[in-house]
Amino acid sequence: MPVNMIVCCKQVPDPEAPPAVFKVVDNRMTLPPDVKPVIGQYEEFALEAALKIKDKVGGKVTALSLGNNFVRDVIKKALAVGADELVLLEDKAFEEGDSWSTANALAAAIRKIGTYDIIFCGRQSSDWDTGQVGLGIAEILGIPAVTLAREVEVTDGKAKVQQVIPDGCQVVEVTLPAVIAETSGLTLRYATLKGIMAAAKKQPVVWKPTDIGLDPSKIGAAGRHSKLDKLFQPVKEGKCEMVVGDTPAEAAANLAKRLREAKLL
Amino acid sequence: MAEYKGILVFGELADGKLASITTELLGCGRRLADELKEDLCCVLACDTVGGASKEAVAFGANKVYVVEDPALKEYQADSYMQVAGKMAKDLSPRVILMGQTLMGRDLAPRLAFRLGTSVTTDCLDLKVDPGKKLLVRTRPVYGGNAQAVFTSELMPQMVTIRTKAMSPLERDDSRKGEAIPTKVAIDTAGIRTKILETVKEEAEGIKLEDAPVIVSGGRGMGGPQPFQTTLKALADLLHGAVGASRPPADNGWVPEGLHIGLTGKIVAPDIYFAIAISGASQHTAGCSGSKHIIAINKDPEANIFREAEFGVVGKWEDVVPALTNKLKELVAG
Repeated sequence: MPVNMIVCCKQVPDPEAPPAVFKVVDNRMTLPPDVKPVIGQYEEFALEAALKIKDKVGGKVTALSLGNNFVRDVIKKALAVGADELVLLEDKAFEEGDSWSTANALAAAIRKIGTYDIIFCGRQSSDWDTGQVGLGIAEILGIPAVTLAREVEVTDGKAKVQQVIPDGCQVVEVTLPAVIAETSGLTLRYATLKGIMAAAKKQPVVWKPTDIGLDPSKIGAAGRHSKLDKLFQPVKEGKCEMVVGDTPAEAAANLAKRLREAKLL
Repeated sequence: MAEYKGILVFGELADGKLASITTELLGCGRRLADELKEDLCCVLACDTVGGASKEAVAFGANKVYVVEDPALKEYQADSYMQVAGKMAKDLSPRVILMGQTLMGRDLAPRLAFRLGTSVTTDCLDLKVDPGKKLLVRTRPVYGGNAQAVFTSELMPQMVTIRTKAMSPLERDDSRKGEAIPTKVAIDTAGIRTKILETVKEEAEGIKLEDAPVIVSGGRGMGGPQPFQTTLKALADLLHGAVGASRPPADNGWVPEGLHIGLTGKIVAPDIYFAIAISGASQHTAGCSGSKHIIAINKDPEANIFREAEFGVVGKWEDVVPALTNKLKELVAG
């Protein structure tokens, strides 16, 4: 049975960029222009989970993203690796949302897409890290959700999900349709040259707030349920005592002595 | 319009006892309750709650709602949501606190969406705005590269709190409180998930969360072997445990249970050795509560040296065995 899947992806500043480049200016995160945006790391795992199911039992993968001013090459990676469609909720009105307004807009778009067995998400976005949107979508659509997922297998209208728990994992069976939020573990495949060329030709479907029938007061900044009062970076003292020696082994021995002196060990 | 009053902690049990995160939530909840001059209540839901309700009182709760049902033996969203939804409706609390745990990170967003309010997840700090009686919530964002302060006017005020971010009260068995057996009719037909199998990856020896010393390795370890030899030798000598940053866990070099970081375990040992770990904020978010951090890295510019108190620049292959030998000698002497 072919499986219809929607994968929610977010364009974010590269979370793997060195910590020193993340600078807060006037309550906003500001990164130098050479830090390119990427699809969030957990959403990449979600894409892979969906593509694996498509490889195995067939189906359709629709990538869905919300934001404004998407970098086409970045977000089209979803198509290049094998998604069949790309739907963008792209408008200034979608900016500055929180988990509440984002989940509501995505859920409205998912309703408009109409057919779905699994909605894949990342466990949390790679910028605001809240971990709420997938669960919010499930609650709005009235369907179950499994978070912290790795491998997913679909049989007989149900999904078997490997879920990471403290000190182990469990296999959870969930009825479909369902939301499945992926944690790290699966690595997204590389795009093939053929995939990249096909993605270059394919145009994403772009929806505005009116296309998903949501009142503007419910979208983006206007639809927030929480207020960001302040964004800041705690000052780090950075007083590391470097222990040296003529050889690495001597430095190590000196470290041992120093730790003893400081009564740490 | 209902009046919102009181602090409600959704507690958890671990091996039949009150989980340590719940004692931390009660410690935080007690402080908020005293500031607001309201009651601190705790919900404990499981198949059998037993003595944990007395523990919750000893750690600061005024009232403990005990919800026992076979369907609550393991955490499953659809059964626990029925309890959470009913308790939130019946008690109408001003504040709901949960832990940033398997349960809390799953249950809190669902409950917030169902109640039409807002939840701030993974909080490190909570204050009360005395005028408006709203929570001022601080949490890490951008993979730990910044922190943000959030407020919401919506009720109830909901947060999840990171493990080890708050201090529990001293256990005091003379504290007075009331355990209230509470019946919630759980509709088992509404449970859409089923746990088919649970596999525990028990690490040998001391548990990571309880270890006074942690020896952690990163991507630079290059494979699974050194975790079981070089790092384990140092950890064993110091009666500590071996940990890892995310790449070794993602690559399967170590079980996921050893992963320390924003999306892994949060630890706060006395001594934390960060070996061949670059020090991405993702990782330091999980170990920055350590009393003393010691970094060993071949790159003198590695970010981990900004977090560390002591550092050695060098390859782990050269430094760690020599360190272990010298410490052995000093300990013996």
